[in-house]
Amino acid sequence: MAKITFIQHNGKSQDIEATNGGTVMEAATKHNVPGIDADCGGACACATCHVYVDDAWLSKLNPMGSMEESMLDFADNVQPNSRLSCQIVVTEDLDGLVVTVPESQF
Amino acid sequence: MLGQMPAERLFFKAEEQWEKDNIDLKIDEEIISIDAVNKSIKSKTGNQYEYDKLIIATGSKVRHLPAQGAQLSGVHYLKTIKDSDDLGAELDNAKNLVIIGAGYIGLEVAACAQKKGLNVTIIEAAPRILARVASPELSQFYENVHESAGVKILTQSGVAKINGAQKVESVTLGDGTNIDADVVLIGIGIIPNDEIAKSAGIICNNGIDVDENAKTSNPDIYACGDCANRMVDLYGQRMRLESVHNAIEQAKLAAANIMGQNAPKLDVPWFWSDQYDLKLQIAGLAIGATKTIIRGDMAARKFALFHIDDENRILAIDAINSPPEFLVGKNLIAARAKIAPHILQDTNISVKELANHAQN
Repeated sequence: MAKITFIQHNGKSQDIEATNGGTVMEAATKHNVPGIDADCGGACACATCHVYVDDAWLSKLNPMGSMEESMLDFADNVQPNSRLSCQIVVTEDLDGLVVTVPESQF
Repeated sequence: MLGQMPAERLFFKAEEQWEKDNIDLKIDEEIISIDAVNKSIKSKTGNQYEYDKLIIATGSKVRHLPAQGAQLSGVHYLKTIKDSDDLGAELDNAKNLVIIGAGYIGLEVAACAQKKGLNVTIIEAAPRILARVASPELSQFYENVHESAGVKILTQSGVAKINGAQKVESVTLGDGTNIDADVVLIGIGIIPNDEIAKSAGIICNNGIDVDENAKTSNPDIYACGDCANRMVDLYGQRMRLESVHNAIEQAKLAAANIMGQNAPKLDVPWFWSDQYDLKLQIAGLAIGATKTIIRGDMAARKFALFHIDDENRILAIDAINSPPEFLVGKNLIAARAKIAPHILQDTNISVKELANHAQN
């Protein structure tokens, strides 16, 4: 298990216990984190699970695949620390991870 | 079905979340009637629940094949996790899979079974695969993909009967051809679960008719998802959209209306399908399209098909391994943008620049 903090654009935050081997998106949808719709259920097909990753954590995540990179290149309000949360695999090492949900996803 | 995803990862919500959100979830509680006058519903076990607002999200059921032998062991439909587990387990010990129906269900299972090393034959009544949901060009592309992977595709073929003592052994086609089968999958579409609405006097035509707020002909009753027949303004007609995006969007519409909030912004209808190494993303519906423009390289399996009308208005896009075309295309369709064919097919013009070439 890894504790993940989701911060909303209005500053409100939620701590979720995420299961190893699952994704950050799954942890969010299973616990009703607002703004993470994940319409495609994790197929990297919709970009509705876009998050900003706290800079300290970026290098600890599994690297981006070409499909994710391509989707993010064309998603709304992308920043250098953008990731699709359905592609971030949860491990023990991510205990304490902090991500922010973009305002445009509301 | 490939055993790569544990079932618990597929659930939408954590079990404890329902309680946290103050939602009383009643599992295994089949509702058999709606009393729209007294605003209550009744379950099979005799329980009664009162409502102020009611949402019908009953989904759909698989269409059954009315052929002799369709009830034999080894003949499958695919709708639930259990269906998928059952079929997947049988595929592990099978040699010959016959798939009846060349829609997305049939084709995605064909790709999985091919990976597992089975002989796969697809039987389709229409002249081409994906005939109901895809353009002829896209059908042809996927036909080539499956055939080059070793899948046999028989179009314009009907099933006369399925043979076997207890377990399926073969499938006989309309022309008398016999095909060996130790597993059969039937994927010939779904039927909306609208019976309960019909018997409550709610207007139904190919599913439960709903308005732009997912409201039925009864002002206190809403319907969402596969069971609902909605107006899609972009194409000026009513339809049932069998997709995840549609189900989620209608749920948001119903929730917003019930809570007295503004309706969320509508997205262009969209769909996806993963087969082999191909990610297909479809935006829009090619209703009224008269021309198809190819952007990219079909042979390299990275391209997009733009379906446009006589005025060059973009109505739908099929993107294969091309997320940029899909994401930008959704916006172009929503904006009802018109772009000339020679621009669309010119890959020297980047996807981001396409919108700058829109005509008035």
